[in-house]
Amino acid sequence: MTSTGEAENIRPRINFYEERRGILSWILTLDHKRIGLLYLIFVIAFFFSGVVLGFFMRLEMIAPGGTIMGPQTYNALFTLHGIIMIFLVVIPAIVTVFGNFFLPIQIGARDVAFPRINLLSWWLFVTGAAIVTLSVFTGEGPPDTGWTFYAPYSLRTSVNVPMAVFGVFILGMSSILTGINLVTTTHRLRAPGMTWKRLPLFVWAIYSTSWVQILATPVIGITMVLIFLERFFGVGVFDPTKGGDPVLYQHMFWIYSHPATYIMILPAMGIVSDVVPVFARKKIFGYTAIALSGMAIAAVGSLVWGHHMFVSGQSDFADILFSLLTFLVAVPSAIKVFNWVATLHKGSIVIEPPLLFCLAFIFLFSIGGLTGLIQGALAPNMHLHDTYWIPGHFHYIIFGGMGFGLFAAFHYWFPKMFGRMYSRKVAKWAWLIMFIGFNIFYFSMLLLGWEGMPRRYYDYLPQFRSLHLTATYGSWILIVGLILMFGNFFRGLFRGEKAEDNPWNGVSLEWQIPSPPPTENFEQIPVIQHGPYDFKELTRNE
Amino acid sequence: MALTILRNSQEMSETKEFVFEETKDYTGAKLGMWLFILSELLLFGGMFILYSAYRYKSPADFHHASKELDVILGTINTIILLTSSLSVAVCISAIQKGQRKLSMYLLMVTMVLGLLFLVNKGFEWGTKIEHGIYPNSPVLLARTKGEILFFGLYYVMTGLHGLHVLVGVCVLFVMLILIAKDKINRMHFTPLENSGLYWHLVDIIWIFLYPLFYLIT
Repeated sequence: MTSTGEAENIRPRINFYEERRGILSWILTLDHKRIGLLYLIFVIAFFFSGVVLGFFMRLEMIAPGGTIMGPQTYNALFTLHGIIMIFLVVIPAIVTVFGNFFLPIQIGARDVAFPRINLLSWWLFVTGAAIVTLSVFTGEGPPDTGWTFYAPYSLRTSVNVPMAVFGVFILGMSSILTGINLVTTTHRLRAPGMTWKRLPLFVWAIYSTSWVQILATPVIGITMVLIFLERFFGVGVFDPTKGGDPVLYQHMFWIYSHPATYIMILPAMGIVSDVVPVFARKKIFGYTAIALSGMAIAAVGSLVWGHHMFVSGQSDFADILFSLLTFLVAVPSAIKVFNWVATLHKGSIVIEPPLLFCLAFIFLFSIGGLTGLIQGALAPNMHLHDTYWIPGHFHYIIFGGMGFGLFAAFHYWFPKMFGRMYSRKVAKWAWLIMFIGFNIFYFSMLLLGWEGMPRRYYDYLPQFRSLHLTATYGSWILIVGLILMFGNFFRGLFRGEKAEDNPWNGVSLEWQIPSPPPTENFEQIPVIQHGPYDFKELTRNE
Repeated sequence: MALTILRNSQEMSETKEFVFEETKDYTGAKLGMWLFILSELLLFGGMFILYSAYRYKSPADFHHASKELDVILGTINTIILLTSSLSVAVCISAIQKGQRKLSMYLLMVTMVLGLLFLVNKGFEWGTKIEHGIYPNSPVLLARTKGEILFFGLYYVMTGLHGLHVLVGVCVLFVMLILIAKDKINRMHFTPLENSGLYWHLVDIIWIFLYPLFYLIT
């Protein structure tokens, strides 16, 4: 892709792992790749704890009545599952791990714009994560409010809410700083010739995500501060006995938390846009449309928060407006889906694990998106609000979309990050098992919700039993797939064969440098002469 | 992963010193600061939304409560903060022209004005607290709901702003040391300029808080 063809011969074999050793060289590093990996360790650890919590919740629901825990424990479990998965896994995962690691490389830079602030973000993340974790074990027990901390219950409950919201506040600061860093990096550090129309779509996705992080996160920051102040000083802004309005809390919360769902999904969409062309051996269809639809999602997605509150008592006019905007935001998402499918059309498709995960993304995200339209319409929402339909829908988006996009990224960039390859055969099996388990699990949830099973309930009527049982079986299959996938990664990490520099024949810049990359990525800053999906150019060079 | 690192490092024959290029990207640093300011504005934006919603709900209560605030103290504080914005702006011009002594002097003036603002604010809060008006106080709870909200918002918003003033003074203090050490000079003054931007942000937020709490009745 670059004019550094001759650099192939003289490339330095010292990679960024070997540059320095010792724990301090990691936790005080300024190297964007090392910081990415530091995030990875935490994200994976919290993902596992989130999965374990989810597993026990699901096990509890296998039969009506109490099975393995009491109702208070169950409340704590769904709250912690939400807090951990949303704030510590799904929101940071792709941006901080892969955004940090690959965005600078993909634009031809040696590092991010502010390496020190990047390290500070990681430290803030660790601090926030530690505080959230502490809130589980201290005070009068773990939070039981749900991850939304809805007032007035969050103001009254005796459990350790203040500490948890303080942790979320710190995590928000980390998120804002990362966003500022990546936006500035994209603006300032692009290599010569790397025009906006030659940016890989992953960069576009991270770029639009970072904007949402900068603009939306402060709102949840102040909301969490207010909950905190409310608990200690009784200010009254959300307390109805003092004139405060709990519905206003919901507004403040969703002004951030709905755009946050786009912080979750946009980077995954960027990964799909990068992976699909490589394995279809074909230039991406509709580059500009995909890039701009990401920005459109970020913009319109910031104006739809009220669709979480159709039954909260907000005005009918607000309901209608938010419903309309919700339908509008589906348009750019659909543009992306059609473009991916069009990219595959008449491509020379190579079935490799990263592509399989992307195909799963397209399928599951489509179900998630279409169910979203159903509940985004006012009349069905009355019926579906706060039923199992909602967790079914958002797991299709967050887990089926963002999760499978994340797994696609793992499989796609694993050889580049670690210089070793996992077993592709095992990866395909893991994909199949997870895909089956996922659908059994979450489609049952959709059906449960359709039949009227309320979410977050500890107990249920006997008529829901068979669907709950099916969902629990599905969760077991899903976990088997997860264990297989991560086992495959760990085996690949230690025993995998050495990976080539460009195992997938990608054209974007990260595949033109050694695996794992050297510390400052490039010997010389490359001069870019063509786009990131120009596969003809690659074969010509060969 | 640890094993991979270990194995690779054994293959390694020599250790290269790990040096990062000190990039002095003036535009990049400015862009980053503006983005940060944008996020700060949205932090206060959340509070302004709450203020507007509650003011719309109970205009009469807000009217009565706002009359109890000391307009003179508020006005003095506005003048103090506006003057400090001027002094920090002139301070940056001074360093750009190489007048180090003058810029340090002006920076100290700015910091003193910032602290003066906080002292004033402290007196204002103190008087209110003496009268028994503070969040969750029996006197305040006996009032109408709109007035409880007005004073709740007053304490939270001016408190949050005061915190920003305090942080700003600390940042300016660091800048003072950097000028004294000649780390900031005629050639390299971006950190000072960015601190100035932050100080102006603190000022501008007050420009909105002042009419919302003291003037609109």
